[in-house]
Amino acid sequence: MNLDKKLLHYLLNKRRPFLVSIVLMLLTSAAIVWQAALLSRIINSVFLEKKDLAAILPFLLLFLSLAIVRAVTLWGSKAAANKIAEMVKNDLRIKLSTYLFRLGPAFTRTQQSGDLKNTLVAGVESLDAYFSEYLPQLVMALFIPLLILIFVFPVDLLSGCVFLFTAPLIPFFMVLIGDIAQRRIKKQWTLLSRMSAHFLDVLQGLTTLKILGRSTDQTSKIKSVAHEFRSTTMNVLRIAFLLALVLEMLASISTAIIAVEIGLRLLYGRIVFEQALFVLIVAPEFYQPLRQLGARFHAGMQGFTAAKSIFNILETQPQVKAGFIKPPKFSQLHFQNVSYTYPGKQKQALRDVNFTIAHGQHIALVGRSGAGKTTLISLLLRFFDPASGSILIDGSSLVDVDVDAWRQQITWVPQHPFLFHQSIADNLRLARPQATDAELKSAAQRAHIHDLFATLPNGYDTIIGERGARLSGGQAQRLALARAFLKETSVIILDEPTSYLDRETEALIQKTMTQLAAKTIITIAHRLHTVQRADKIILLEQGEIVDVGQYQDLLARCPLYATLVHSQEILA
Amino acid sequence: MKSTFVRLLKLAQPLKWSMLLAAFIGFLTIGSSVGLMMTSAYIIAKAALQPTIAALQVAIVGVRFFGMTRGIFRYLERIVSHEVTFKLLAQLRVWFYTAIEPLAPARLQLRKSGDLLSRIISDINTLENFYLRVFAPPLVALFVSILVWFLFGMFSWVFSLILLIFMLLAGLGVPMLTHVLCRGMGEKLVHLESELSILALDGLQGLPELLAFGRAADYLEHFADLNSRFTRVQRARSLYGALHESLIGLLMNATIFTIFIAAVPFIRNGLMDGLYLAILALGSMAAFEAVLPLPAAALHLEESLTAAGRLFELTDAAHPIKEPVRVPDITSFDISFKNVHFVYAPNEPPVVQDLNLDMPYGSKIALLGPSGVGKTTIVHLLMRFWAPQSGEITIGGISLDRVPQHVLTDIISYIPQNPYLFSGTIRDNLLLAKPDANKDEMILACKGAIVHDFVLSLPEGYATWIGEHGLRLSGGERQRLALARGLLKDAPIYIFDEPTANLDAETARDVLASIINMTDERTIVIISHEKSLVEQINKSINPESSFRFIVREFFRR
Repeated sequence: MNLDKKLLHYLLNKRRPFLVSIVLMLLTSAAIVWQAALLSRIINSVFLEKKDLAAILPFLLLFLSLAIVRAVTLWGSKAAANKIAEMVKNDLRIKLSTYLFRLGPAFTRTQQSGDLKNTLVAGVESLDAYFSEYLPQLVMALFIPLLILIFVFPVDLLSGCVFLFTAPLIPFFMVLIGDIAQRRIKKQWTLLSRMSAHFLDVLQGLTTLKILGRSTDQTSKIKSVAHEFRSTTMNVLRIAFLLALVLEMLASISTAIIAVEIGLRLLYGRIVFEQALFVLIVAPEFYQPLRQLGARFHAGMQGFTAAKSIFNILETQPQVKAGFIKPPKFSQLHFQNVSYTYPGKQKQALRDVNFTIAHGQHIALVGRSGAGKTTLISLLLRFFDPASGSILIDGSSLVDVDVDAWRQQITWVPQHPFLFHQSIADNLRLARPQATDAELKSAAQRAHIHDLFATLPNGYDTIIGERGARLSGGQAQRLALARAFLKETSVIILDEPTSYLDRETEALIQKTMTQLAAKTIITIAHRLHTVQRADKIILLEQGEIVDVGQYQDLLARCPLYATLVHSQEILA
Repeated sequence: MKSTFVRLLKLAQPLKWSMLLAAFIGFLTIGSSVGLMMTSAYIIAKAALQPTIAALQVAIVGVRFFGMTRGIFRYLERIVSHEVTFKLLAQLRVWFYTAIEPLAPARLQLRKSGDLLSRIISDINTLENFYLRVFAPPLVALFVSILVWFLFGMFSWVFSLILLIFMLLAGLGVPMLTHVLCRGMGEKLVHLESELSILALDGLQGLPELLAFGRAADYLEHFADLNSRFTRVQRARSLYGALHESLIGLLMNATIFTIFIAAVPFIRNGLMDGLYLAILALGSMAAFEAVLPLPAAALHLEESLTAAGRLFELTDAAHPIKEPVRVPDITSFDISFKNVHFVYAPNEPPVVQDLNLDMPYGSKIALLGPSGVGKTTIVHLLMRFWAPQSGEITIGGISLDRVPQHVLTDIISYIPQNPYLFSGTIRDNLLLAKPDANKDEMILACKGAIVHDFVLSLPEGYATWIGEHGLRLSGGERQRLALARGLLKDAPIYIFDEPTANLDAETARDVLASIINMTDERTIVIISHEKSLVEQINKSINPESSFRFIVREFFRR
């Protein structure tokens, strides 16, 4: 299905306002033609027939009434068109945002959020002009000239023919120039997205740029991006203005031909004044909608181009199946020959991974950086599904399990927890919105961070800044842990939960974890002393499982593990 | 509000002649339009009296002339006005960045980057309307009013007066009405759009967390809610906004109506030739084109002022740290903290209290202690991100107040604990530290951070695109890449904040040994919560070297 059809499909969903808009537009046009007829009649009466005011007053009053009708219908048709545009934008934005969550991190991690945000906000917004201006204008450009022709032909055949033959030139030029315009608009849109992504990157990394002494250099980069955007925009506008010029010239020349052609015939008495004036007055009205279409063309194309990136997202196949089975309270999770390769990469991130997690076990994932530990966890969280092999939950495939319900059962503390630019309490309540203040406090106490929060003047209402900017690395980690403790699920996944914590705090938190007994805990750990008591340690290297076992066994039989522990001991 | 308006005009000061030129061409465009309509009407009316063709010659030339000039002037006006405006907008983006750059990180810490982004992109885009659609149209309308006053005055001042009154109604009354009806909406729209952008960005960047905590549905509901609030205001505004076109059309027709009522007696009494009636009617139609954009100008004004207010709000923020103008001569890199005291905000517990610390050039020092005791803050004070409330920090004996920040970033290579990686290639990220580094230097730095072999294992090597925030790399890879970037920067002082937090023990050991051997004579500061780190480091230092790490421990109060 091509894009026009897809957009039209949205329009047809709003059939009622669309029809209202068209009918009102037609009424407006009819009023315009009628007014022109009246105007020429009135002028004729006064100028040639030398009538007095009383004689023309009824016509004048009718003229004014028509003006009121025209004002109302014009307003109504605009309002209806705006309503359509707003409904479509609302629908699309909600659809798009929902779908982005459906696509999940598997998709978003390959994209730039500044770019996606641009599509979601500005992209959808630019459809406004497409639906509220371009499409109604397209309809107007079809109907109004037709309507005028119907009235002009009986009055003056020759002028009617001039109209009929010059009008098609306008769409001809539009198509001719449109192709170039579209290419330029596409470039402009890409650049806007890139500018958005670039600026976001610079703003988020401003401190780092500063540290590197590069923040003032960025001024020239910003300058060049901003100026590139300017010149691309001007390229688009120049072609749009050129189109408008051509159309305007065409309209002007046609009007001039008509004026001269009528004038000459008037001179020789081949046409009566009233008809001549009528044709002259409707002549600009005839070309007006076509010219306007030229002017709106640019806005329409912009919406069209933005629509492309919107539908590109909406047509991306989600990597993760939604699933339908209610997740069981499992007794066993089994990885069977699981492999995964990131899109666009050749190397497998995980290769033929096999192991089993029994309910209530404490599992540790260890290995060098880049070994595939985080990928494995992403598969468990179903951010991606395995490329081959499967994860079985009590014998049935995890792929068939309802993905939202499955995640409900898991608590996850990521390596770099994203903290929202909100208060401490809000960040904690992400895990459980209805948690009471007392519950927040108890979770924070278990993560050994309550004492800090208590010393802040605003306590739990302190805004912690973007990504927890106001907190130190270790504090942010403990906040994320407290958040996890608050969720109280049977499975906890911890990705390097204590890397910024000192030994004492780490030990205290370890103790809290052991109190979480009867729960399945999966930890990624670099500090191997933290996993001594794990039921099962899975050692990964280059995406493959090297060995699985308990601490002492592995130490005895696996050289890689021994190396890791050895360097750890030096460090310890 | 008025001052925002004046400041916006001032920003356009350097381009004022081009803007006036655009307004003037705008006037010529509508002037041509008025001329075209009036001469056409003249031809027809005159022709109806069946004179000789010679009598029409001049008017025919006039129609052709105005027909051409209208199109050409409109084209030129658009080109000139847009060229000027977009040039100005590009300059404004640079101006805004230059103004907020010194604010980072102290003043920007509590700002969302999404908020800043929507200011530098959308708010500046909104100003497009100020310079294109607020500034010029009233000028054009004024010029055209004067023109038609004289043109109509050739027949009678009565017609001039009628046209002027209706044009005033359309050009002032209607905009005032739209302004009253839509009051506050433009402001709301600017704020709501920005909120929507911020929320969208929050959702996109926090998407994994929202999904994992099962809060995606809540988030989406919140997003939909905000979006429908935005849509509702837009709807209300477009409903009232569409009114003005109708009203102006109505006023134009009322003008023709009134002119007729007034003109008929003139003609009947032989004071005016009936010929001119058509000219007056069509001339009025054309003149109204000048007031048509004015109501929209009123709408755009509020939006523009709100957007501009949001920009000025940030650029006016007091700089937390005064930058000295004169660059002092730094002859030694000895650092000293004397009785330094620092608190982030009043009422909060102090983060650094009575700190005395000497770090002569070449010293190797480890700042150890549990999380949250202010280790990182000490570095931030040294980098002049913040200024201490009391006490003094000196470098080479010169008080830090007198050292511009760019001098500090030149002599200190600081690798923070959560280093930021930019969306780009590995090479792009490395070269940020030293734009003119050659390939060997780059490889040396990467070898130092033990990340070179990893980079080579990637199919595209140093040209690999690492994704936003470097998310296509694992945590350990990101950290080592940031270390390599820090090493590439050739500085006498190196500060590593938690350099091994995301590394496995084996890699951590190798990385530490390697960076210390690479930076041998210079000052090295390592921040860590890991007490045992120092022994580890001391063991890995070349035994012949005399350097040993000194520990400065911090305790929780």
